[in-house]
Amino acid sequence: MAERSAASRRSLTAVLVLVLSFLYIPIAVLVALSFNEGGLPTVWTGISVKWYGALFSNRDILSAAFNTLIVALISTTIATVLGTLLALGIETRRRKGRALEALVFAPMIIPDIVLAIALLSFFSLLKFPMGLHTIILSHVVFNLAFVSAVVRAKLKSFDWSVTEASADLGASAVTTFRRVTLPLIAPAVIAGALLAFTLSVDEFIIAFFTSGAGRSSTTLPMQIFAMIRFGVTPEINALATLVMVVSVTALALSQRINKGIVAP
Amino acid sequence: MPAEVVRVIPQKTRSTVLMVPALAWLTALMVVPCGLILALAFFRRGIYGGIEYTFTLENFALLLDPLYAGIFLTSARIAGLATLIAVVVGYAAAYAIAAAPRNRQPILLFFAILPFWSNYLIRTYAWIVLLNREGLITQGLRLLGYEGEPPSMLYTEGAVIVGLVYNYLPFVILACYAPLSRLNPELAEASSDLGASAFTTFRRVILPMTIPGIAAGAVFVFVLSIGNFITPALLGGGRFQMIGNLVYAQFLTANDWPFGAALSMALIAIMLGLLTLQAMVAEKTAGETREQSDG
Repeated sequence: MAERSAASRRSLTAVLVLVLSFLYIPIAVLVALSFNEGGLPTVWTGISVKWYGALFSNRDILSAAFNTLIVALISTTIATVLGTLLALGIETRRRKGRALEALVFAPMIIPDIVLAIALLSFFSLLKFPMGLHTIILSHVVFNLAFVSAVVRAKLKSFDWSVTEASADLGASAVTTFRRVTLPLIAPAVIAGALLAFTLSVDEFIIAFFTSGAGRSSTTLPMQIFAMIRFGVTPEINALATLVMVVSVTALALSQRINKGIVAP
Repeated sequence: MPAEVVRVIPQKTRSTVLMVPALAWLTALMVVPCGLILALAFFRRGIYGGIEYTFTLENFALLLDPLYAGIFLTSARIAGLATLIAVVVGYAAAYAIAAAPRNRQPILLFFAILPFWSNYLIRTYAWIVLLNREGLITQGLRLLGYEGEPPSMLYTEGAVIVGLVYNYLPFVILACYAPLSRLNPELAEASSDLGASAFTTFRRVILPMTIPGIAAGAVFVFVLSIGNFITPALLGGGRFQMIGNLVYAQFLTANDWPFGAALSMALIAIMLGLLTLQAMVAEKTAGETREQSDG
C-alpha cells in the first residue's frame, strides 16, 4: 500500500498488537495455569508438571484419548482416499456442475448440530447400533470434503501435460497416477490428511450425538466437555494444553508440507 | 484392471468413477439423513415421545409461538452483535496485516489464524477461566484496589458474545485479508492525488472493493453463531437458550424429534438465505469492478 504517515503506521501496529493479545492471552493463561503447582487459578505456588502426571493416571482420560486416536486415524485414512479421488474426478471433468459443487461444499458449511441430529435420527431409525464406528462413518463426511478442497486447490495449478506425456510414452492410467500424478500432488494429500486428523481430534458435537449411549465410546472432546461442566480444574488445563499442542503441531506440519492452506 | 482396458475408458467415465465412492458416502451419510430430518419435520410427535407418521404443519406453526420466536430473536440478536464486533475488529486487523511489509504478511496472517485450529471447546473454556467469579479478571481488579463483590461476568449474554467473537475472529481476518491484499495500491494513490481525504478514499474506494470479503466473513460468523450450541451451554451457563441448545434439548431431553427437525430446517433456511445474499453481493461487486476497469 501507499506510503503512510508515522502516526497511521503506529495505530496499525497498535491494532495488530491488541488483536493478537486478545487471541493469545486466554490461551497463554490456560497454559500457564496448567503448570501451577498448587492447582488454584488464583494463587501461583510454583512450577510443576504434576497435573500432567495426574492425566496419565486417569483411566477415563486415557481411554477417551485412545478412542479419539482410533476415530481420527481411521476416518482420516478413509477420507484421504475418497477425498483425493473426488478431487481428481472433479478436476478432470470438463464441465463443472453447480449441484456437484454445492454437494461437496455442504459438509464444510452445514451447522454441526444439524448434521449431528440428522445422523442420530438416521442411525436410530435404521436401528443401526451406535458406537465408535458410527462416529468414524460420520467424521468421514466432513473430513473428505476438507481433503478434497485442499487437493483441488493443488490440482488447479497442475500441469496436465505431464500426464499426457506419460500416457504418450506408453504408461497405463494406473502407472501414470502412481508414478506421475500422485508424487506431484502428495504434499497436498498429506496436508489434507493432517487437516482432517486435526478436525477429527477436535470434533465434539457430531461425535456426541452419534456415539450411542455407552461410556465406552467417549472421545476426548466429550470427556473435556463433561469435565468443563464441573468447573475449572488444573487437570483440564493440562489436558487442554496437550490437545492444543497436538492440533497446532499437525497444522504447522501441513502448512510446511503444502504452502498456503491455513485457510479453512 | 489390465492397463489396456483402462486406456480405452473415455476420460469422462473415468472422472465419474473416481467421484463415485465419495459421492456415495456423502449421499448416504449427509443427503439422506438431512432429507430424513426434512421429512421428520412434517410428522407429529407421538404421545410417548416417538414419532407418529401423520402429516402435520404443527411443528412449523410452533416456531412462531412467542416462546420459540423469542428464542429465535435472542439468538439473532446475540449472533448479530457477535458478527458486528467480529467484522469491525477483524477488518481492522486484516487491514493492518495488509498494510505491513509484504514479507511479513504471511507470518502475521498465520498467527492470526492459528487459534482457529485449536480445539473449540478449549478456546471457550479459556474464557471460563478468565471470566468466572474468582477468575483472572476479578483478580486483576483486586490488584487494582477493587474491593467489592466480584463482578458477575460469566453466564451472561456478554460472555456468550465475547466467546463467539473470540472463536470466529480468525476467520473474519482471513476473509477480509484476501480482497485487501489484492487491492491495487495505485487506486488509493489516485484517489488521494485527486484530493480525497484518507477517510473518503477508504469509504469510496477501499471499502466497496472489499465488501465481498466482509460479506463472506459476516455470513460465516452469523450462521455458526446462531446455530451454536457449545458457547451458550458453557459461557451462558444454560441461563438462556439459543436455537442450537433448543435443537439439542428436543433430541436429547424433551424427546420431540419432529419439532427439533423443524428447528434445524429453520437454521438451514437462514443459512441458505444468507449464502444466496452473499453470492449476490460478490457478483455485484465483481460486476462493478469490471465496469470501473473498462471505463
